[in-house]
Amino acid sequence: MMALAVILSFLFPLAGTLILAFSAGRLGAGASSFIGVGSVGLAALATAWLVMTHSGDSEVVTLWTWIRVGDFQPTIGLAVDSLALVMMSVITGVGFLIHLFAAWYMTGEVGITRFYAWMNLFVFSMMLLVLGDNLLLLFLGWEGVGLCSYGLIGYYYQNSANGQAAFKAFVVTRIGDVFLALGLFLIFMELGTLDIATVLDQAPQAWAQGSTTANLAALLVLGGALGKSAQVPLHTWLPDAMAGPTPVSALIHAATMVTAGVYLIVRLNGLFLLAPGVLLLVGVIGAVSLLLAAFAALAQTDIKRVLAYSTMSQIGYMFLALGVGAFDAAIFHLVTHAFFKALLFLSAGAVIISCHHEQDMRHLGGLWRKLPVAYGGFLVGGAALVALPLVSAGFFSKDEILWQAMAADQTGLLLVGLLGAVLTGLYTVRLILGTFHGEPGSDHARHPEPGRNLLTHHLPLVVLAMLSTFIGAWLYPGLGEMFPTAPGETTDSGHTLLQVLAIGAAIAGLLLAVWLFLWQRDWLAERTRQGMGARIWTLWHHAWGFDALFDRLLARPWQLLVKYLRVDLVNLAMNLPALTARMLNAGLVRSQNGRVRSYALVMVFGVTVILLTLALLPGEVP
Amino acid sequence: MILVWLILIPFLGGLLCWQAERWGDQAPRWIALGTMLFVLVISVVVWLTDDVSLPVAGGGQWMLEWRAPWIPRFGIEIHLAMDGLSLILVALTGFLGALAVLCSWHEIAHRVGFFHLNLLFILGGVVGVFLALDLFLFFLFWEMMLVPMYFLIALWGHSGSAGQTRIRAATRFFIYTQASGLLMLVSIVALVFVHLSNTGELSFSYDTLRGTDIPDALAPWLMLGFFVAFAVKLPVVPFHGWLPDAHAQAPTAGSVDLAGILLKTAAYGILRFALPLFPEESQAFAPVAMTLGLVGVIYGAVLACGQQDIKRLIAYTSISHMGFVLIALYSGSELAIQGAIVLMVAHALSSAGLFILSGQLYERIHTRDMRMMGGLWGRIPVLPGFTVCFVAASLGMPATANFVGEFMILFGTFPGAPVVVVIASAGLVLAAIYSLLLMQRVHFGSEYRPGPLAGPDVREYGMLLVLLVLTLVVGLYPQPLLDTTAAVAAPVSQLFTDSADLAARAGEVN
Repeated sequence: MMALAVILSFLFPLAGTLILAFSAGRLGAGASSFIGVGSVGLAALATAWLVMTHSGDSEVVTLWTWIRVGDFQPTIGLAVDSLALVMMSVITGVGFLIHLFAAWYMTGEVGITRFYAWMNLFVFSMMLLVLGDNLLLLFLGWEGVGLCSYGLIGYYYQNSANGQAAFKAFVVTRIGDVFLALGLFLIFMELGTLDIATVLDQAPQAWAQGSTTANLAALLVLGGALGKSAQVPLHTWLPDAMAGPTPVSALIHAATMVTAGVYLIVRLNGLFLLAPGVLLLVGVIGAVSLLLAAFAALAQTDIKRVLAYSTMSQIGYMFLALGVGAFDAAIFHLVTHAFFKALLFLSAGAVIISCHHEQDMRHLGGLWRKLPVAYGGFLVGGAALVALPLVSAGFFSKDEILWQAMAADQTGLLLVGLLGAVLTGLYTVRLILGTFHGEPGSDHARHPEPGRNLLTHHLPLVVLAMLSTFIGAWLYPGLGEMFPTAPGETTDSGHTLLQVLAIGAAIAGLLLAVWLFLWQRDWLAERTRQGMGARIWTLWHHAWGFDALFDRLLARPWQLLVKYLRVDLVNLAMNLPALTARMLNAGLVRSQNGRVRSYALVMVFGVTVILLTLALLPGEVP
Repeated sequence: MILVWLILIPFLGGLLCWQAERWGDQAPRWIALGTMLFVLVISVVVWLTDDVSLPVAGGGQWMLEWRAPWIPRFGIEIHLAMDGLSLILVALTGFLGALAVLCSWHEIAHRVGFFHLNLLFILGGVVGVFLALDLFLFFLFWEMMLVPMYFLIALWGHSGSAGQTRIRAATRFFIYTQASGLLMLVSIVALVFVHLSNTGELSFSYDTLRGTDIPDALAPWLMLGFFVAFAVKLPVVPFHGWLPDAHAQAPTAGSVDLAGILLKTAAYGILRFALPLFPEESQAFAPVAMTLGLVGVIYGAVLACGQQDIKRLIAYTSISHMGFVLIALYSGSELAIQGAIVLMVAHALSSAGLFILSGQLYERIHTRDMRMMGGLWGRIPVLPGFTVCFVAASLGMPATANFVGEFMILFGTFPGAPVVVVIASAGLVLAAIYSLLLMQRVHFGSEYRPGPLAGPDVREYGMLLVLLVLTLVVGLYPQPLLDTTAAVAAPVSQLFTDSADLAARAGEVN
């Protein structure tokens, strides 16, 4: 029975994809939406069935052996354990709500069939990613979600900027994927297997703690995680990825795919524990990404870009948790973040559609009376994002992360986390004020058309809003027993102090935001218009200039290389024999001119040369 | 006798097509299609009935063998034999041959009979190459593929971009392959004479010549003679100059055959002849060969990114993919060699798919210049979806056959030559770049011209669907293929006995 539930849970989305892909435009918008939403709904039901019947231990369903050559025997095998179940629930549960909302969001768009085919394929790939019992199958899902992300970012294909964004997202994450692939090669060479359980079992025996090989393997896997999870320095694709439809941003670029890197590191936690230096690096990268992205989010005007940088910043928190060995806390935050960030993105989607695809805060404003549902979504989601004490889901998970950092004696990481909490409050308040309060910035914002559909508009938002409160935090089962003891489990000294600090940081951020954006608005506008303030604004607006840097360092040299090699220089060199032959031919043809005079001249010259050679050569002449 | 018929059927079919033209244009097409399907069916039947997975004990390595004297004076025989590798490649020839006939159904409108004569003669020659064991016979078939291909490009080709004419492309193709073939002939004759002076026996037989004791000074040169002939055909940078022109100027059927099968004869030749005849020399040469493969992977990919002609782009990607194959063949790892065979099949399927797609685009918009495409996603139904699939295959997306091949190669090569694999992996990123550039330029962006275009008809849809299904099947369950060729790959990998030594040398070169 269990095997059936597992197989159904990812087969339904695949079936949806196939039906939609082969319908070749014969399906209407309604039918396409029904199939697209329904298949994920069925997958969610199958997952629920699995959750209810599953015993909690790790169980493996092997479908067939994928490749078998000598020792190389990866299978198509699915491993179900508590971690996989949590991930599956998030993917299908949140995924279903987002699919449902998309039925409202995509009304009237051309190519709904294509949209849902990609979305279903995404859910299928993501399920394989979390279910794969060996690293090669995990890699299949890993690449599959990347391809779906590509197809969906480029959904509005007619604008070539969207195509560029899709291209960038795929190539940047692919760079990370190559590191992951190299990690797989190394792991297989050293351990002779790709099965995740066996790898985790054998790695401690094969590698000493902190050995070069263990460090290298962990580093390579980390490279893959950085690309997918948009952490510094492979993060530049995420803000551009907002070119896709908003439900795509909610599902792929907030709730599920971008957290795959966190899942990967948690899944391979034994490997990272063998490489303490690399694990600390994970935390440091998380902290850096957290701060960079939070500052960048402060200086965006596009609501989706604010949310994109916020996502990157929140994933930074998860990486920070991983860095101090608090794997459970990282997954906890992954789950709550999936709830509240999906809510924020969908609410943003509601605003965008209601305002006729206007998503610039400078052209929005004053919407709170006219779009009450979206406003409510923003308030609840924003509260969870800033970790409003006790009532929000985000509070519990973020508090857990900060506490683990404190218990692990990583004061630097803890301080970054607290500073990040203040910044989160700042940009969240700025986002909500800019979108819903003040004067409307355009006609679109003056006359919005609020979504009225109970099933496809209100329901997903309300359910996600409920999940973003403390209810969502309660639903998380806790995976502590799966992982090695986290630092915070052994001690309790200072926990109260930390909670005071965390609450203080969140409240301080909110108060500072209210003071800055309500009372000091003119002063702030003046500051950012010129001088130092304007420069900082520009720097943050362009997210510290990473794009420009990579453009200079990589993109332009690459384009030059392609441009100069286009004519195929090597091939030109290979034409040299032909050229030589042709030149010889031209020269010799000229000598055959038919004039006796020149023939005689050449003959006399030749005879002279021969005679002179003979005369001057030493030795006897025969 | 089956082996003889496998070779004769395409030739007889070709002659029949030529004569059938007098009954109208459709007759040659149907005859050619039937002929190639016949070859395919025979090889599938052989595959199903014979036990291919294990070499027969005592009976040698061949599943089927047929020999008859031909020129006894010089020890030349008609010696044909089939093992798992030749079986797979002959089946592939039959399959892609049928596709080549199908995809030129409307494209070729003049001298239809003669066209199919040439097409079938190429395929007959290819089948001969895959089956011949006598070195003289092998050389004969090797050269026999070239002439009809020359005519195919010269008579039915396109005059393409960059001032290239089809005649020029055909001539260039002919000179490259002919000159390199000559080197192989010299090597073959020299090998035979060395054997003659050693034993007093004049023979061109593969079994006899294997293990010939060649003087140390001569052996590397003979090995190079074989290698260069195969390197030109594979193609290995810097001998690749003929390929982009030939592809760009050839008709679709020519491109499909060229990329799908003719390039594979080179990899087959290395596996069958260059490595077993000169094991020690090949092992010593392996670091150079792997470096050349690496250059091919990167260089082909970089050039593919700069192309404006869609068929030239695909041609350069072939160079990149064949670089992987070359690395694998000289890695001495069974996993990698098996991967190379899978990649050969995978590349045949995916590049055939892309060439057929570009042929179908050409029939609709009459250009191969990607600057005059763009926004086609909204104008043509179905074809863009197929393009995504084949582009994904070409960039090595998991679940496609290309992924299985490439990753087996990389997994297998990594222990022996990690540096090679690290650099080759950069090729995976480049593969993503050129594949998505194709997608970007052809199907994304604003519409170059407005107006809807016709979707694929049943014939076009069927071809692409079959290719796609095969790509996915091999990608998800390659085991039947791997079992078929296991008996071939294992002995070849054992030729490189001292693989640790090889690894050390590969490391030095890098």
